[in-house]
Amino acid sequence: MNRINQKLQEDKKLLSIYFTAGYPNIDNTSTIIQNLEKSGVDMIEIGLPFSDPLADGPTIQASSTQALKNGMTSQVLFKQIKDIRKSVSIPLIIMGYFNPMLQYGVEAFCKKCQEVGIDGLIIPDLPVDVYHSEYKSIFEKYGIINVFLITPQTSDERIHYIDSVSDGFIYMVSSASTTGAKVGFGDEQSEYFERIANMNLKNPQIIGFGISNNETFTQATKHAKGAIIGSAFVKHVTNNGIDTINTFVNTIL
Amino acid sequence: MKETYNINEKGYYGEFGGAYIPEMLYPNVEELRQNYLKIMAEPSFQEEFNALLKDYVGRPSPLYFAKRLSEKYNTKIYLKREDLNHTGAHKINNTIGQILMAKRLGKNRIIAETGAGQHGVATATVCALAGIECIVYMGEIDIARQAPNVARIKMLGAKVVPALSGSKTLKDATNEAIRDWINNPVDTHYIIGSAIGPHPYPDMVTKFQSIISEEIKWQLKEKEGKENPDYVVACIGGGSNAAGTYYHFLNNKDVGIIAVEAAGKGIHSGESAATSALGKEGIIHGCKTLLMQTPDGQITEPYSISAGLDYPGVGPLHSHLYKTGRGEFYSATDDEAMTAGLELCQLEGIIPAIESSHALAIFEHKTFKPDDVVVISLSGRGDKDLQNYIDYFKL
Repeated sequence: MNRINQKLQEDKKLLSIYFTAGYPNIDNTSTIIQNLEKSGVDMIEIGLPFSDPLADGPTIQASSTQALKNGMTSQVLFKQIKDIRKSVSIPLIIMGYFNPMLQYGVEAFCKKCQEVGIDGLIIPDLPVDVYHSEYKSIFEKYGIINVFLITPQTSDERIHYIDSVSDGFIYMVSSASTTGAKVGFGDEQSEYFERIANMNLKNPQIIGFGISNNETFTQATKHAKGAIIGSAFVKHVTNNGIDTINTFVNTIL
Repeated sequence: MKETYNINEKGYYGEFGGAYIPEMLYPNVEELRQNYLKIMAEPSFQEEFNALLKDYVGRPSPLYFAKRLSEKYNTKIYLKREDLNHTGAHKINNTIGQILMAKRLGKNRIIAETGAGQHGVATATVCALAGIECIVYMGEIDIARQAPNVARIKMLGAKVVPALSGSKTLKDATNEAIRDWINNPVDTHYIIGSAIGPHPYPDMVTKFQSIISEEIKWQLKEKEGKENPDYVVACIGGGSNAAGTYYHFLNNKDVGIIAVEAAGKGIHSGESAATSALGKEGIIHGCKTLLMQTPDGQITEPYSISAGLDYPGVGPLHSHLYKTGRGEFYSATDDEAMTAGLELCQLEGIIPAIESSHALAIFEHKTFKPDDVVVISLSGRGDKDLQNYIDYFKL
């Protein structure tokens, strides 16, 4: 069974952390992954940097720009993951934009993911209908879970469609925004979280965007299976480096 | 099967196009997709659009027989004078259409991206006309080098927001506008300035610009006794003036379609914007098209002396015209374009935008027959480029 599905079966609220591969330094990937696992994080999203990250705010944009300057590429990342996979068992997901994957070759990319021990992909600019008609069979062939986003504006009909095409979890974007744009939740989010919880979807939901501390983590996981932290973690790494990751994680859990 | 160059029901021109957008943008783009053709077909929309094009933009723009230029190149050259439109370029055809669209969709906030500032001015203009709030994203570097247009946009009541990310030019301004739209999903309409972006933008922009070829047909009939020229020629950055110039001739193989891209300092100089020559299929700003990128799929920075052609991609229609061979693609260097621009000044008394000068440089690359009728889209006027001309020719 895919490591993501195994993890989702555990009877606990999950914490997933995003970091940008190649940031702050090109060879930080393995240390960050190890430290996150040791600190009790449940899942890791590895950001494959892209020159034009449309869905990201300034924090992740800046880390991506630096990572590219440092020389991060799909090939470099795959090599790093192949090495680190021998010593960690945590589910690993690559979050990246579609163009670098298209240039690598979608099938070659999925095959390589399977080979090095990547469990899933999050591709914000690959729409669900294109995935469904053109790429789903390739992902399935290599056992790669593709994770889709929903937002407060996504219609119920479309949520049910996304649920039917998904086979892992659904990434619930907490509010209409780019990453790192808003902190905390209001009434609008609470209503949205409850609405989705009551839809009885087959896939569990993990909430991302706007989560940065214990309070927001607790709020998000009241209704959902887990929560994802991205920009707040990238900021921590920018300010404190990669040796105090457990301090950051302890403020969340 | 008969080949067609129009968009299909899924939003593709052949293999190019589509809507590769984050889920956050889906409701906005889907709302537009479901409504744009319906709204454009409404008689009240048509009436308002045509009235504004006539009385506000000043259409029809003349189709002018360039006698001295024709003599020099021994062929029959007509110039489609988009430079005489209000605000100085073809851009306003699209912004008029889109502001009327935005009103009918109930939007009360407009965002736009701009490179040289022409689309920013055209958008700020129609927002002033409609009394709607307008925010224009512009790369920090472009703000510095296009000061007069920044001032125009501000005078028209719009807000200019610098794009500080990436290379701080057009592609980054487009990214910032898209991010704004993600953050404001309900009340905002994004007026894209070229025939790019997720479906339905390339088709909608092309249809608003198609007035150019619609007029060419009847104007040429009056002058030459026939509707179809032998060739239509346009410069291409994203490709909106080209799309409008070609539109009514796309499926008529008797009319040759010629595109001139910006070669910058030379196609292989590393400082170029000749996307068809240097690009590869990929995804940029929500559509599948040809774009300049690294082998790893990172979008690269283009270069051209003309800020309006300085874009690493090209609209999906044009990728299709290139791939199928329906269009002949050429590129003109900075030097060729500047020389052709100055030549038009001195032979015809018309100072063209540097973008349009690239189209005029076609005569460096192709020889036409004496009885060929060649229509060139003169997409904009050169006022905005005066400083560039001064620096280049040391005037």
